[in-house]
Amino acid sequence: MKILVCITSVPDTTAKISFTQDNTQFNKTGVQFIIGPYDDYALARAVELKEQHGGSLTVLNVGTSDSDPQIRKALAIGADDAIRIDTEPTDSYFVAAQIAEIAQKNSYDLILMGRESIDFNSGVVHGLVGEMLGIPSYSPVMKLEITDGKAEFAREIDGGKEFLEADLPLVLGCQEPIAEWKIPNMRGIMTARSKPLNVVPATPMDDLTVLKKYTLPAPKGECKMIAAEDAEQLIALLRTEAKVL
Amino acid sequence: MSVIIFVELDNGSIKKSSLEAIYYGSKVAESTQTTATVLAIGSAEESALKEAGKFGAQKVLHANDGKLSHENSLAYANVLAQAVEQEGSKIIIMAKSGLGDAVAARVAAKLKAGIVSGVTELPDTSSGFTVTRAIYTGKAFASVELNSDTKVLVVRKNAVEAVATEASASVEVFAPTLQDSDFAATVKNVEKASSELSLTDADIIVSGGRGMKGPDHWDPLLELADALGAATGCSKPVSDLDWRPHHEHIGQTGIKVAPNLYIACGISGAIQHLAGVNGSKCIVVINKDPEAPFFKAADYGIVGDVFDVLPRLTKAVEAAK
Repeated sequence: MKILVCITSVPDTTAKISFTQDNTQFNKTGVQFIIGPYDDYALARAVELKEQHGGSLTVLNVGTSDSDPQIRKALAIGADDAIRIDTEPTDSYFVAAQIAEIAQKNSYDLILMGRESIDFNSGVVHGLVGEMLGIPSYSPVMKLEITDGKAEFAREIDGGKEFLEADLPLVLGCQEPIAEWKIPNMRGIMTARSKPLNVVPATPMDDLTVLKKYTLPAPKGECKMIAAEDAEQLIALLRTEAKVL
Repeated sequence: MSVIIFVELDNGSIKKSSLEAIYYGSKVAESTQTTATVLAIGSAEESALKEAGKFGAQKVLHANDGKLSHENSLAYANVLAQAVEQEGSKIIIMAKSGLGDAVAARVAAKLKAGIVSGVTELPDTSSGFTVTRAIYTGKAFASVELNSDTKVLVVRKNAVEAVATEASASVEVFAPTLQDSDFAATVKNVEKASSELSLTDADIIVSGGRGMKGPDHWDPLLELADALGAATGCSKPVSDLDWRPHHEHIGQTGIKVAPNLYIACGISGAIQHLAGVNGSKCIVVINKDPEAPFFKAADYGIVGDVFDVLPRLTKAVEAAK
């Protein structure tokens, strides 16, 4: 089985978000970058599936050399090799088109990624890639088993779960609890250094969308404290002041 | 040329978030001098679909093939693309949800359309077509210009304040050509708590954290939710500990919600939890720890024991009815 896992390199979930150059650039100063948490779940399940079924596991990132530490970490966790499409990702469509281009050449059985990146939260790249390749896509997948070339998986739906069965190939957006995050061990870290990281140029395409400017939300007003013994007052305030009841 | 809005149905009625999307779509239609057409897929009475008219749609296309009764993003995207072609639409709109994003993505790839998900405001069409979207899980916003001929917008809850009128929409049967390949996956089973209010659709959410002390102590929270007609959620530790089902987990790696009122009970307010609720209009925090970081993000706070405060709030809600 040939598995491709697409990962994002994103600011840590606790990072302070700010912008520079007249609010047109993300301020990377002092920000730690990580593998997208959802992508990390996808990667962990992919490593388990490779252990069970054999085959190959390639990790892919669309990004600049700034992503290399996250790609090396993915190799240390258990990917066999990596591809980095050397470009600044501009939007979901662009990223999906780059992934689809690579996938078309390599015919993977399974393409996994996180349900969404935690920087732009679009949650559409798996669907775009699936349609571009003409294969089914599902998200968010929280359980995945492969038996005899068939995938059995569970998808979270509004207020519950849906259990599906489908033939490969598939594109899946993953989330917990599909697997436990894996922490690379020393041997993994050592071998990751010699695993291939192939840097390939991006396929040019027209910009369908252009990001013009970033803004930060308006600062939150004071929190109005209500004494516990007057808790009932809250209901009146929600009704008359906040007007949300 | 009309703006087309894909809506989700729940038990034959248009979901609330989709009604908001219709209103959003009708405003976009007004500013681009065209009309708003709704596409509804699945079984529904004509009277329920006419509701779309109240939120500004002129026409509803209703695709009601039995094969489409089960939620299927592949087939729905295919049906939507056919509706777009029939109507000559250039702008496609839907509410943000798992299904909304999935359908939006597939239809955007079919039509080579620019796609923006998480839109929080009406577009600026004064020069070009620019929308504002939430990024970094609501910690920032970006304005994005769409240059593509066809545009797909996935709209977040509360992007517009929807106002209903007495207008009505015409309902037409829409009979798309279905592809077998869109039905290749077999649905083995669906586990769904049918009585529950949907978290993403709820106006009020009452949510509990570790301060609720265990799975057996949830009644005071459920009773308040019941009195308020609210949906219930929980923090990540609570769903990790299996005190509550995973689909209630709100936060960075769970569901992102944007209700009018979010009441957090015994949740300290880790940054990852805040990321899931920062779209809420009004946040109430009840926690016995006055230093809980959640108070900094709250509009109203009560420092107190949830097991004392919650029953009294429930009584006050009942008394005010």
